[in-house]
Amino acid sequence: MATSEPVAGAHRSNGADPLISFDKVVKQFGSLTVLRDLDFNVASGERVTLIGPSGSGKTTILRLLMTLEKVTSGSITVDGDSLTHMDKGGKQVVADEKHCRQVRKKIGMVFQSFNLFPNMNVMRNITEAPVRVLGKSRDEAEQRAKELLDMVGLGDKTNNHPSQLSGGQQQRVAIARALAMEPKVMLLDEVTAALDPELVADVLNVLRDIANTTDMTMLIVTHEMGFARDVSNRVMMFDRGQILEEGPPSQIFGEPENERTRTFLKAVLEEH
Amino acid sequence: MIVVTEACTPEDTGKWEWCRVDELLNPPPDAAWNSLYNGLWITIQATVIGAIIAIVLGLIFAIMRRSSVRPVSWTATAIVEFIRSTPLLVQLFFLFFVIVPTLFTGMDVETQAKVAGFTGLGLHYATYMSEVYRAGIDGVPKGQWEATTALSLPRVRVWTSVILPQAIPRVLPALGNYVIAMFKEVPLLFTIGVTEMLFDAQSYGSSTFHYTEAITVVGVFFLVISIITAIPIRLLERRYGHL
Repeated sequence: MATSEPVAGAHRSNGADPLISFDKVVKQFGSLTVLRDLDFNVASGERVTLIGPSGSGKTTILRLLMTLEKVTSGSITVDGDSLTHMDKGGKQVVADEKHCRQVRKKIGMVFQSFNLFPNMNVMRNITEAPVRVLGKSRDEAEQRAKELLDMVGLGDKTNNHPSQLSGGQQQRVAIARALAMEPKVMLLDEVTAALDPELVADVLNVLRDIANTTDMTMLIVTHEMGFARDVSNRVMMFDRGQILEEGPPSQIFGEPENERTRTFLKAVLEEH
Repeated sequence: MIVVTEACTPEDTGKWEWCRVDELLNPPPDAAWNSLYNGLWITIQATVIGAIIAIVLGLIFAIMRRSSVRPVSWTATAIVEFIRSTPLLVQLFFLFFVIVPTLFTGMDVETQAKVAGFTGLGLHYATYMSEVYRAGIDGVPKGQWEATTALSLPRVRVWTSVILPQAIPRVLPALGNYVIAMFKEVPLLFTIGVTEMLFDAQSYGSSTFHYTEAITVVGVFFLVISIITAIPIRLLERRYGHL
């Protein structure tokens, strides 16, 4: 398997072998550069929150990891496997769909707009991928789905369709669906941004539980600073496609060094 | 069944004669024409077989056009655009006089006409239906595709479990309308010798010189069947909305 050479951003690693590493990643949409020479590592079990103004590239990082977007240049490695390149006849070439599919099985994602499948009930939403991708038996998958639904407080909704659930309930089903694939890394993309304020707490409590009871690696994009402070080991402040400042939440939220970080946090906290 | 009220006399009254309708539907043993019911049966065969070809092939074209493999999407686009931009009648002639005789040399002409006619209709309408499917597929939100990627669902499953179950219900009314449109085009097959309804009416007319009744009955048959088949389509529209 393709392992990238020691990366330039290795000094940022918290562990010996990073689970995720970005090496000089550039992402452009047309003439717009969203990420510039981005280097960072995430250790296994680490919870990293990405903050910053909209358009700063946070969501793009998650989308690159989920292979919903392709890098313009640079490379990304997940658990020792390159997500961007593959070995073909001894040469490193751009990863094809099949290669991407293998590597991204280790990654789960929860979206801002839930994206549950409206043509399936809650149970099928959760069991479809474990059965079709992991090759679990239907019984086994349903057993696990029930446990996960109990965990997110929706054990009685197995036969409902997504349209019969509130936004907060749908998002909790989406979390269960992502967990059912037993990912090593969970990407949370503004998971409460589309919810009514009174439903946000339920979803965040579920995520806090998961953070407290598992050692799953998480990359979180959120504007919920209280949640970010509670669950993350590290906060990275982004601006214009680069990491402006990073550190433990106590430092970033308590005494940010950068002026832009200060003004950003002030604006976000006033909004809430 | 139309009830006979009077027998036809040899002389022409110059008025509408119900007995002509009866003759057309129930020809005497030595008649030079087939019963119009015969043509109706062929018309229904053409519609059903043509619709099956169009519905299946249309979906295949639509999925091919979305392929990330360039030659596949280009081929489908080329076929669809070519067929849509040439007249059905020309295609029928080409199939009947060129392609089918080459492929099926041992076949009798009547069967060749049916093969050419049914596949010609199906192929032509497949290209229109592929556009309908395409609109339905494009109507599935991008987030659904992204969710299938996030779950690593295999390509075939993405289509069969997620995309098509959402896309197809919405396009059913439009597909149904095309089936009715195709049904009304079946008389074009008359030109290549398929013995559908217009063929029977024409042979009745040429042997009796009573075209009025014959052509009128053909029109009424089309009208009645079109209106009846439109009912389930209107119901589908009410359920899934227009496209």
